[in-house]
Amino acid sequence: MIVAKRKPLNEIAEMLAPYKKVTIIGCRSCVAICLAGGEKEVKMLVSALKIKNKRDGRKQQIEGTVVERQCEKEWVQEIEDEILDSDVTLSMACSLGAQTIGDMYPKHLTFPGLNTGIFGVPEEQGVWSENCVGCGNCIIHTTGGICPIARCAKSMLNGPCGGSANRKCEVNLEVDCAWSAIYDRLKLQNRLDLIESVTPAKDWSASHSGGRRVIVREDAKLTQHQKKGKGVT
Amino acid sequence: MKAGSNLEKVFESGQFAVTAEIGPPQSANPAPLTHHAKMLKGYADAFNLTDNQTAVVRLSSIASAVIIMREGVEPVIQMTCRDRNRIALQSDLLGAAALGVKNVLCLTGDHQTFGNEKGAKNVFDFDSIVELQVFNQLRIQGKQVGGEVLKDPPKTYLGCAENPFATPYEFRAFRLAKKVVAGADFCQTQAIFDMDMFEMWMDEVRARGLDKKIHILAGVIPMKSAGAARYMKNKVPGMIVPDHIVDRMKGAKDAKEEGIKLCVEQIEHLKNVKGVHGVHIMAVAWEEMVPRIVEMAGLLPRPNFES
Repeated sequence: MIVAKRKPLNEIAEMLAPYKKVTIIGCRSCVAICLAGGEKEVKMLVSALKIKNKRDGRKQQIEGTVVERQCEKEWVQEIEDEILDSDVTLSMACSLGAQTIGDMYPKHLTFPGLNTGIFGVPEEQGVWSENCVGCGNCIIHTTGGICPIARCAKSMLNGPCGGSANRKCEVNLEVDCAWSAIYDRLKLQNRLDLIESVTPAKDWSASHSGGRRVIVREDAKLTQHQKKGKGVT
Repeated sequence: MKAGSNLEKVFESGQFAVTAEIGPPQSANPAPLTHHAKMLKGYADAFNLTDNQTAVVRLSSIASAVIIMREGVEPVIQMTCRDRNRIALQSDLLGAAALGVKNVLCLTGDHQTFGNEKGAKNVFDFDSIVELQVFNQLRIQGKQVGGEVLKDPPKTYLGCAENPFATPYEFRAFRLAKKVVAGADFCQTQAIFDMDMFEMWMDEVRARGLDKKIHILAGVIPMKSAGAARYMKNKVPGMIVPDHIVDRMKGAKDAKEEGIKLCVEQIEHLKNVKGVHGVHIMAVAWEEMVPRIVEMAGLLPRPNFES
């Protein structure tokens, strides 16, 4: 899932300071599961901002609401009135949600309440790790199911580098060296031959290096006729 | 001859090679480079110019190479993948060759979080092995990684580094084998303090027949103090410094002299390890000690192919 972290209260308060009416919008998808921008976090932020405003002597009307999936227009549309009734919207979704609202209502101000971080997996309660960077060309069947692009600090294709000590990453000693993990996994699977040959240069054109990516599924797209029909119902 | 560099000639003539390091300054002043080149000329066969080592901004390795070449000293330029994508790497290889630089050491590079520009965006389009493979194809076939064929390919002698002391240990000799396949002609190792462990690695290297395919230069670092030994033991990732070395430095009356003595002893030992074809002396910020170390280790005079 997409893992995000709420911005510090002071930064949010500073962003919102010039505006009288604020609507804070959460999302029940990824950011709710990673405890950053679900219903509970929206309520907590509304309370925290109200307390801060009281202390700072600032008059501001703050409302909070939450949608099912903020990255989809259909869900956002349901709270259109609440959005447009405010001076500014603070999105508590990932940047995708914030940008969806921004694209739908370009004249209206929408600010980010979260810092969107990673494609991550929960390691334990409150800990998420980045395991994918969406490079667009998955190779983990050749690396024991462990992604070296996301999990190695240098995205090495022929790792491990010379800085790995005690099977930890030199950049962060709390983090496992991805290539040590790959080596161990392939050894367990009796497939070390996979990393015995040189992995050549990677074509990064399928990654963000190739520009903004748009994924199209022609077979899933609606025809003009279907779109018209959908509009009627 | 692949490039006809002095270093290549030393290896090809079957002689024991000596390389050392000259750290480019953190300034635009070429004087320290000229100073060190003059001082060290004749004491090693080639000198590494580090490429923004530990991600600290310094005078560029290619520019440094040209400056020391003016003094008649042969450079080995280090080229990391941290700051350059394949366009810049290949371009710099051509540029370096055009300027007369014949030895290139391919490295992945220290991560920028170690340096003085922690907010930098890194590149890592390649790792060191891909870099070797691409440079090897470029020098032999004149073919870029993207397929374009160049008219005048660079004549370059290609080097790599390897660290026998980084985990997983059992993969380290194999990683050298990958570098040989990728095209490396010589290898400079990480600094060796644990001789037993190094020899275990060399056993594996020889068992794979790699010592016949690549010239291995054993890395050494002369230490100035017990503090330096402790620092390398505890703070430098992938470096192993045994306690008896730290204790010896701690117990020494004159730590600097002891550091030099220790380094010379290490070289004497490494000279006799089968498959080791040279030493690489990394006297970090202590370049002036290199002539003494080389002399004390009985490695003078250096071969001269000019006469």
